[in-house]
Amino acid sequence: MAKGVKPRVKVPKSASAGEIITIKTLISHQMESGQRKDKEGNVIPRSIIHRFTCEFNGQSIIDIILAPAISTNPYFQFEAVVPETGEFKFTWYDDDGSVYEEIKSISVI
Amino acid sequence: MKLTRRQTVIAGLSVVGVATLPLPSFAANVPLVGLPDEFTRGASVGSGNIILNTPEIAENGNTVPIHVSAPGAVEIRIYAMGNPVPGVAAVTFGPLAAAQSASTRVRLAGTQDVVAIAKMQDGNFISTINQVKVTIGGCGG
Amino acid sequence: MRVAIVATIVCFVSSLVLAGPDDDNLTINGELEMITETVAPTHLEGFDVIYSGWRFRTDETQSLQIDDFDNPAMIFVDKAIDLFNTVDGTEGKACVSCHEGPEQFVGLSASMPKVIDGKLTVMEDLINSHRAEVMGAEAWKWSGEDMQSMIALIGLQSRGMPVNVAIDGEAAPFWEQGKEMYYTRYGQLELSCANCHEQNYGNMIRADHLSQGHTNGFPTYRLKQAKLISRHNRFRGCIRDTRAETFAEGSDEFRALELYVASRSNGLSVETPAVRQ
Repeated sequence: MAKGVKPRVKVPKSASAGEIITIKTLISHQMESGQRKDKEGNVIPRSIIHRFTCEFNGQSIIDIILAPAISTNPYFQFEAVVPETGEFKFTWYDDDGSVYEEIKSISVI
Repeated sequence: MKLTRRQTVIAGLSVVGVATLPLPSFAANVPLVGLPDEFTRGASVGSGNIILNTPEIAENGNTVPIHVSAPGAVEIRIYAMGNPVPGVAAVTFGPLAAAQSASTRVRLAGTQDVVAIAKMQDGNFISTINQVKVTIGGCGG
Repeated sequence: MRVAIVATIVCFVSSLVLAGPDDDNLTINGELEMITETVAPTHLEGFDVIYSGWRFRTDETQSLQIDDFDNPAMIFVDKAIDLFNTVDGTEGKACVSCHEGPEQFVGLSASMPKVIDGKLTVMEDLINSHRAEVMGAEAWKWSGEDMQSMIALIGLQSRGMPVNVAIDGEAAPFWEQGKEMYYTRYGQLELSCANCHEQNYGNMIRADHLSQGHTNGFPTYRLKQAKLISRHNRFRGCIRDTRAETFAEGSDEFRALELYVASRSNGLSVETPAVRQ
């Protein structure tokens, strides 16, 4: 696992059925592009988060493939509509095989 | 002539991309954003209801905020045509997406065109292009 | 000749357009109003009004500091909360063993640096001395992620409070030393801090809009490095860019400069952790 990766997710704790909610996500990650060289002139290998997904109760909201052009500490903002009370599952996939997950509950009133 | 410019950029990129695409050093099963023609597969790309918000001038190319929106899109891909690897992101929207839109922050290796291409539900493609000027900082650069 | 005149006019006009800070107001999370412009402290002779560096940034950069979730520095603040609660060192202690929570440091960063036991002390000194003496833990690297994340967490407790460092009494000789450095021309380019940040703020240095060089937002998340940048790292960068042999991070010279530069911000809100280009 890449060192010190920490996700941060913002979703409202409650919403009314059918309400459009804004979700923001941020995760600490170097996003080494594979374009940089070290002091000896060797290419530093690419090491990024290459995929991010957000699901609600098993149904997809968004699925993103990331390239090295995504900035250090990847940030995403998008909109979802939730039909019922349940859980958001956020998943980040690292080039090194690590998978980072975050769960957030929301109650639909 | 917006359409001509778009087609030129996309067509030109596929040639350049094939010539210079570096061999990936990471696992082979990692998904890639790829190049525009790998997305459109030769289909014609029109204009339509697709919005790409980018700053006119970015204070630092390392972190440039962008927003893309294409109501009714199945997938939107973003490309930075002047980057060594032009693909930026491929965004697929699920049934619970309230809008076919997303915001993120990207790296731009200098002043260049940023392109968004959306694949619509009917299989058609629409796109838009913005130029972003990337400035070089003070005495340190 | 005509070309030269036209070029001069164009340069003049474009510098006029960008001269000075903008008129935006900084309110964080829709509730915390920040002082980004105020009357300069009386000990400052260079100008009458001081402006936060936030006022010199583009709207896109400014917006990253308006909402705490959009502020990428906050992931490091989150990490520091974990560190605060993590046992480290031979004594089996964490910060939380002695300090109830980061909230108890309200106001501390606004008054730093200060003289403690005859020594000019900055936040890095306070943290490392507690780590060594109380926790039996290894010193953190000055500009390392752990150190600057913790300073950001502690600084956040003072966010919105006016910077208010003491410059008299025991602090006076250190302040005088820092002031002397501020007006000293360094390097092959023979530039002092004042040449850019006092005499030319608001003008462009290449494509960069020069601010007054306040430190009220440090540690700052800098988009260029995409991480938290310490005050001494920024000092070192500026002096290096004058093509000078620079002082080291954690040197007594930079402690003195830190006090003097902080005193120039007296009255502006602490913005830690700010976002800059």
